Amino acid sequence: MPETTIPAAQIAGDKFEPKIVAFFCNWCTYLAADLAGTSRTRYAPNIRVIRLMCSGRVDPQFVLDAFAKGADGVLIGGCHPGDCHYQEGNYKALRRVRMLKRLLKEMGIEEDRFRLEWISAAEADRLRVAVNDMVEKVRALGPLRLQVPPEVFAEEVNA
Amino acid sequence: MAETTQSSKPKVAFYWCAACGGCEEAVVDLAENILDVVGAVDIVFWPVALDFKRSHVEALADGSILACFINGAVRTTEQEEMVQLLRRKSKLVVAYGACSHLGGIPGLANLWDRKSIFQAVYHEGPTTVNPEGTEPQTCFKEDGRTATLPGFFNTVRALDQAVDVDYYIPGCAPTPKVTLAALQTLLSGNLPAKGTVLTKDEALCEECPRKDSRPEKLTLSEFKRPHQVLIDETKCMIAQGLVCLGPATRGGCEALCVSGNMPCTGCFGPTSRVHDYGAKALAALTSIVESNDEQEIDRVLAAVPDPVGTFYRYSLPSSLLRRKRTAA
Repeated sequence: MPETTIPAAQIAGDKFEPKIVAFFCNWCTYLAADLAGTSRTRYAPNIRVIRLMCSGRVDPQFVLDAFAKGADGVLIGGCHPGDCHYQEGNYKALRRVRMLKRLLKEMGIEEDRFRLEWISAAEADRLRVAVNDMVEKVRALGPLRLQVPPEVFAEEVNA
Repeated sequence: MAETTQSSKPKVAFYWCAACGGCEEAVVDLAENILDVVGAVDIVFWPVALDFKRSHVEALADGSILACFINGAVRTTEQEEMVQLLRRKSKLVVAYGACSHLGGIPGLANLWDRKSIFQAVYHEGPTTVNPEGTEPQTCFKEDGRTATLPGFFNTVRALDQAVDVDYYIPGCAPTPKVTLAALQTLLSGNLPAKGTVLTKDEALCEECPRKDSRPEKLTLSEFKRPHQVLIDETKCMIAQGLVCLGPATRGGCEALCVSGNMPCTGCFGPTSRVHDYGAKALAALTSIVESNDEQEIDRVLAAVPDPVGTFYRYSLPSSLLRRKRTAA
């Protein structure tokens, strides 16, 4: 993940700005984000949106990889139950997320860092509320610091 | 080379780190085939079977061992030193068995750290009597004598997280067939690409004897544990509600566990296309839960009480998260 996209001020500043990777479904939540943009809705600029064709495309590997590479939180946005463009991709996402949440907890990653939201193409405001709420919760938790450069890995091994 | 009378047969070494000894057994399991192996190579180091010392390895020229087979995860400083030494002396380092390949069962200790492990073992164990609160020290002096113990790392590593690894032989333990085929490949001189796992590269289901009994649309309304059901010996394990990790696991073992009427637990690890075994295994099994209702999904998934121990049974250190997060 290219770290260069993060403004230096966010890293250097004394106020912690959470980095949140957001996987948005092409048919609903991504369009909600689009709508939020065209209607000049303001929300926390902490999310990095990755557009996928369906929330069901979110392989749990993507979530772990985001955390391992420096994300402080991961947000998945999909279509409301019953509305999936591919019939049941969002249900598949839901099933994986329910188990993945438990797995992350066992690995010491707080529940508020990982979230699944159903947001339709018309719900720009729901997106604003969800993103703002998540950013505040993650900000309160502080940085995750899972990204491990080799010298830190050695420290972690020796501790 | 120093010793002029040495035969010209390729030199091979075996070493064990944090392991149960099953991988050593697996080498002996080659049975009469081991005679062909011994005939073709010179074994220069094998602590479990032959009386060579560390100094013998140190005396060898760098790179003079053709292949060194190392099983077990890296848990202590002694293991780290030994694998670094063997790496220097060997042309090829082969991670042998699940612990070395992925971190293995000892790797589940990454859910704890040194402090909590010492606490459990030396203070809280139900049969522990330790009123002075003694803990192992790396160095202890008494009457002018010094006793030393290897240091205990905070985190367990797979072999390739400690030294450069050329090839992997998977399994807990690797089967004799996989071992023999890998040995023959290495001795043939016709080497595959570095980093290759020396067995098949497709999911276990492909070679499963119960493949044809798998329904067209595989769904699950209940997870069952092996002691809760009489397992049908002909039917797909997952179709019976069992947590079988075959869909996410590399084949090559000839479905030994399934043939023994037990579900696959994933010891061969992922195929080459997968970065995180546990995530893929989790996705494969949870996606097919036959419900769209959150509460019902949670109820079904609750029958898997330990997600990390189930999906990362053999691979926690080599996973993307590697260990339980230490408090920042």
